[in-house]
Amino acid sequence: MKTMLNSALKSAVVALSLLCLPVVAHAQDALEAITKAGVLKVAVPQDFPPFGSVGPDMKPRGYDIDMAELIAKGLGVKTELVPVTSANRIPYLTTGKVDLVISSLGKNPDREKVIDFSLPYAPFYNGVFGPEGLTISGPEQLAGKVVGVTRGSIEDLELTKVAPATADVKRYEDNNGTISAFLSGQVELVATGNVVAAAILEKNPPKKPLLKFLIKNSPNYVGINKGETALTEKVNAIITAARADGSLDAISKTWLGAPLPASF
Amino acid sequence: MAYQFDFSSLSGYGDLLAKGAGLTVSLTVVGGLAGVAIGIAGAWARSRPVPVLAPVVAAYVEVIRNTPFLVQLFFLFFGLPALGIKLGEFQAAALAMVVNLGAYSTEIIRAGVQSIPRGQIEAAMSLAMTPLQIFRHVVLIPALKKIWPALSSQVVIVMLGSSVCSQIAAEELTFAANFIQSRNFRAFEVYFVVTALYLALSILLRWLLSRLGQALFERRRHG
Repeated sequence: MKTMLNSALKSAVVALSLLCLPVVAHAQDALEAITKAGVLKVAVPQDFPPFGSVGPDMKPRGYDIDMAELIAKGLGVKTELVPVTSANRIPYLTTGKVDLVISSLGKNPDREKVIDFSLPYAPFYNGVFGPEGLTISGPEQLAGKVVGVTRGSIEDLELTKVAPATADVKRYEDNNGTISAFLSGQVELVATGNVVAAAILEKNPPKKPLLKFLIKNSPNYVGINKGETALTEKVNAIITAARADGSLDAISKTWLGAPLPASF
Repeated sequence: MAYQFDFSSLSGYGDLLAKGAGLTVSLTVVGGLAGVAIGIAGAWARSRPVPVLAPVVAAYVEVIRNTPFLVQLFFLFFGLPALGIKLGEFQAAALAMVVNLGAYSTEIIRAGVQSIPRGQIEAAMSLAMTPLQIFRHVVLIPALKKIWPALSSQVVIVMLGSSVCSQIAAEELTFAANFIQSRNFRAFEVYFVVTALYLALSILLRWLLSRLGQALFERRRHG
């Protein structure tokens, strides 16, 4: 009887310790796994220029792709880009298909419950834009000026709240109307998103929309699996270094036509 | 879940709607008067035919009648600044409506003018009436009387077409509707009310034009 209990106990201990092995293997955190494998898997967008799109050579290109390469270089590993959509980018992260999500990801309380966020790396804001020579540092200076905006957009709602009574706000039915109004000179200033302004700048128009002041800021963050503190800290360190040495500014200039805004 | 109607969500927007309706009416008045004036001139030039003017008018009519109103409006508002001419919203909207109505009414009035029997004109000439008197009393007024229903329909069409002017941020009735809808998200209530307003404006316009026609053309015989 004693020997049976003994052997049962022994096999239980062996079985448990065998079970522990894979657990021990998982206890290696994401940062270690990436460094060991020598590859950083990053989810990037492929249908949202200038953050991520497919170039004429069928290779992915964009702000987020450049960011992925920058972080991989900081970690000393290669990049593996995984194209995702807005709907599946977070599931890809939480199921371990990718290590990081760099896909014009905004932060909100619901998402914060599920994943961790790095420091912001890209500006995604609504602001008032206008040509050089016009100095508008705040909403009060819109008095007496003509501003175009797309009706019903976030910029419209926010601008209506802060614009003075003597500002002439012209609301167009869609983005194209607003852009046409700015480019044809029907309005002096335009309130829109920085991505739209970047798209206009890319076409090298005679009237350049340059940022005058910010209306609302919702920057992009790198998405990291919950609890991966070592990886989050390393990514944050890489982002901070990139801001300090100007490489983040360079990426912003390439894809958004403007350096990072002062208040970023 | 059934849609919960809430017409009270439109309260507080009364003066925006009134301002919009006011702009629609003023665009229609300007467009209507100037458009019909151009129509009469154009019909005269084409029916004579006046040597250099007739083909110019013909080209103008064909271009305007065969292109969409919205495109004409965008050309005037967004396109002209490239040539150095910057028009405000009201100016561009009114001009577009005048140009549009001018083309259509040229054809409508010309049909009326060409339907006047030659005999009438010859009779008038034999009475030693001057060409201007002939055109005014024997040709134009009877022609207008004949095509008055078609012409007033065209004026109403142009009034309803003014809703397109919301695309250049002219704050007429449709713009007011879109603006209110983008603030209270009550599309059904907003567009229902604005449809009713347009209907009321159309009925009023038709009635006014019909009374105007009677006043101008149905002369009671004296003695």
